Amino acid sequence: MSEINSKTLESQTKSSVFRRRVFGHQGVMIGAAIVLAAVLIALSAPLIAPHDPYYQDLLNRLVPPVWDSRGSWEHILGTDHLGRDYLSRLIYGARISLLIGVGAALISGLIGTVLGVAAGYFGGRVDMIVTFMITVRLSMPVVLVALAVVAIVGGSLQVVIMVLGFLLWDRFAVVMRSSTLQIRSMDYVAAAQAVGCSTTRILTTEIMPNVVNNLIVIATLEIAHAIILEAALSFLGLGVQPPLPSWGLMVSEGKDMMLFEPWLITIPGVALFLLVLAINLLGDGARDITAPENRN
Amino acid sequence: MSDRVLHVENLTVDIPLATGILHAVDGVSLHVDRGETLCIVGESGCGKSLTSLALMDLLPTKATRKIEKLELGGESILGYSEREMSDVRGNKMGMIFQEPMTSLNPAFTIGNQMIETLRRHRNLSNDAASELAKRMLEKVGITAAGQRLGQYPHQLSGGLRQRVMIAMTLLCEPELIIADEPTTALDVTIQAQILLLLKELQSEFDMGLVLITHDLGVVARIATRVAVMYAGQIVEEGTAKQIFENPLHPYTRGLMRCIPVPGKTKRGTPLGSIPGMVPSLIGDFTGCRFADRCELAGDVCRQSDVPLRDPNGKLQAYRCIHSIEMLAKGGVA
Amino acid sequence: MLYYTLKRLGLAGLVALTVSFISFGLLYISSDPAIAMAGETASDADIEAIRQLYGFDRPILVQYFDWLQRAMSGDLGKSYYFRTDVSALIAERLSTTMTLGVSAITFAIVLSVPLGVAAAIRPNSVIDRIALFLSVMGQALPSFWFALMLIVFLSVTFRLLPTSGSDTWQHFIMPTIVLGYYAAPAIMRLTRTGMLEVLSTDYIRTARAKGLRPRVVLFKHALRNAVIPVVSLTAVQFGFMLGGSIVVETIFALHGAGFLAWESITRNDLPTVQGLILVFSLFYIVLTFFADLLNAWLDPRIRIN
Repeated sequence: MSEINSKTLESQTKSSVFRRRVFGHQGVMIGAAIVLAAVLIALSAPLIAPHDPYYQDLLNRLVPPVWDSRGSWEHILGTDHLGRDYLSRLIYGARISLLIGVGAALISGLIGTVLGVAAGYFGGRVDMIVTFMITVRLSMPVVLVALAVVAIVGGSLQVVIMVLGFLLWDRFAVVMRSSTLQIRSMDYVAAAQAVGCSTTRILTTEIMPNVVNNLIVIATLEIAHAIILEAALSFLGLGVQPPLPSWGLMVSEGKDMMLFEPWLITIPGVALFLLVLAINLLGDGARDITAPENRN
Repeated sequence: MSDRVLHVENLTVDIPLATGILHAVDGVSLHVDRGETLCIVGESGCGKSLTSLALMDLLPTKATRKIEKLELGGESILGYSEREMSDVRGNKMGMIFQEPMTSLNPAFTIGNQMIETLRRHRNLSNDAASELAKRMLEKVGITAAGQRLGQYPHQLSGGLRQRVMIAMTLLCEPELIIADEPTTALDVTIQAQILLLLKELQSEFDMGLVLITHDLGVVARIATRVAVMYAGQIVEEGTAKQIFENPLHPYTRGLMRCIPVPGKTKRGTPLGSIPGMVPSLIGDFTGCRFADRCELAGDVCRQSDVPLRDPNGKLQAYRCIHSIEMLAKGGVA
Repeated sequence: MLYYTLKRLGLAGLVALTVSFISFGLLYISSDPAIAMAGETASDADIEAIRQLYGFDRPILVQYFDWLQRAMSGDLGKSYYFRTDVSALIAERLSTTMTLGVSAITFAIVLSVPLGVAAAIRPNSVIDRIALFLSVMGQALPSFWFALMLIVFLSVTFRLLPTSGSDTWQHFIMPTIVLGYYAAPAIMRLTRTGMLEVLSTDYIRTARAKGLRPRVVLFKHALRNAVIPVVSLTAVQFGFMLGGSIVVETIFALHGAGFLAWESITRNDLPTVQGLILVFSLFYIVLTFFADLLNAWLDPRIRIN
């Protein structure tokens, strides 16, 4: 009998349970693999891209990908309407998507976390103001405002990151606020306050470590959100400007020829889909792993 | 219509977990007659609630039950399909749960929830059902019953809600009522009232009552017979008088020691406690489950499974390998 | 209930005012309305004249209150590009967008609620996995790409549906699907989670213990409680659809308010953009206001004191 007890205890050590959960979770594994691949590709773009993504070869316009009879290994994924190598553009496009996604999420994460934690911890008037701010932000049509601002200020990578960063903080704020509220009511926070810990100390040592789980989950989802939004903005011409190889822009440039040269819109679209899917899987998986009770 | 309202033989409930199969209930056999109150006593986690759910076939989906015999009012309900069981539930067999605050649907009125039970099992018009519900509410001691029918659960206190639950369970005049810790969530003063009410209704409707509790005080008040459960098994059973005056099993004795008896227990004597913890019931287990916490335990206790036995034939059975004399000698009572 | 309503109304009004002020400020600060109005070929003198004439040189707060006052009486200014009243312009285009929005949300609900319920009844079954799979796929699919794919397959390859315009109801099928699918995953998941939660409550256990038939337990007792948060979410998603309509209407050339937004933004038509932001926000605010009320009414715990 005691044998059974010690064995079950052994297999329940924190790190082994965690490892089992992570590696046993299909979604996380698939998502992580794809995201890792995307990041590696983006980082090593100058090394692995076969051609210069901006180099126009007007004699070789609209060459199909290698699996088509007219394609060649010179341009594995074909070329676009200006003769630029599609594979290289795709690889550099990964940089843009990831940069914008992470950049916007960092800014919005910072804003949202500060607001949310403040609201949850201090309560009272601070909470009222922050909640009001969130309601106002939610009532504003994000796409419309983003488009308008970009149109006026002029589209570029930096502008898109800033605009998205300053618009997408609402979910951060909401989740950080409710997590903080939850933690705040726990006894160990009251204990820290009773001992006389300063507010900053309590925030950093008690509150933050416990809300970090939720923060990571929301961050991944907002990265995906920002990537899709940037693609949509660029598609409409009000995001990243040509000749940058944003995937959304590539779809837009290819849409006039989509009937006869379908790869022009299919390839960047699939890339977008896979990247966003992978990030979402990671985020969902992170949620499942850190709080499996939320799953079922 | 036989006198034996409930007859269960060899009930087992298994729950598959990631780490193995949890044998939550092991070989439980019970019987209840008309007008009899059987109290199942045990600590949290001993399997008493699962036993009651297994009888109604309301176990959570992962759990499986195995029963040799299950008879309600003389009829076997063992192989019943879900449809047939739903005809029995609320009709011949009723259940009252522990938490009155959450056991009623907040979106519908009391009247609505009572009438739907009646119309499910009886061919009644809305008005007739409403009238019956009103009278039942009055019978459980609720004033202004007509008004109450139109109210929502959140408008009633905990004690009132539990009375409503009792009334609702009695609507179809079942032969057996299972009450799972019906007073645990209520104030002490209300507890006494509810127990008294249950006793009165039981004799009026001539029903069998199974009352599950962890509170020996409740048992003393209301039980005809008692079954003591530990780690998924019945370790002792007998009449209330037998169990209280002459507990046999070391666990039962340990329980009795924990309660101070006014008049007997001297001031300053430390209250008894049972050291140790309930063993893990995951995977196979041989021997007495109480052995690790028992003062009289020996190697022989762990070697093989211990059956429930009644050596004196007085209908007081206990699950221990030692004889009654040995228990009286070596055991502290 | 009355107090609750009034409180909500007050809050809604305050939010509306704040949104209008922020968007007003945003637009007027980041651009020069005089230049926008005068056009690209105007001389400096013309621009200055316009600035004086329309009062663009006044402090921003004054300009805002002026605009607000006129907006309250329905005057949203004149469009720089179309040279007509902005309010009339928006009103005319709004009906198309409303039609699209209503069909899209209906599509989303009809798709996701039954799926969510089915998934909750049998967790971890085939249908549950399919539902979760579809929701994960749906959330990753960029709407503009989905629209183009649909056009390629349904319009061109199989010649089933028209590509653009808004003449017949067939013109609305693809836009409805593209606009609606994005809301579906969230609604499905909420329905599923809500049902799972409700199905494990004590009162559902009581309902089963009373011997009620499974269909009654599901549709009367469970759904009634699980649907409450879904109502709020649906209203919110409907509000988001206005933003999504910009992309969809532009791709399918549906002449609705979303398309108008794109047209006026690319032409720097500030009054129209301003008016649209206001209308879209108001719409969302009113929608969530009514959703809150409906919520409160559905839950007797709020309805009765």
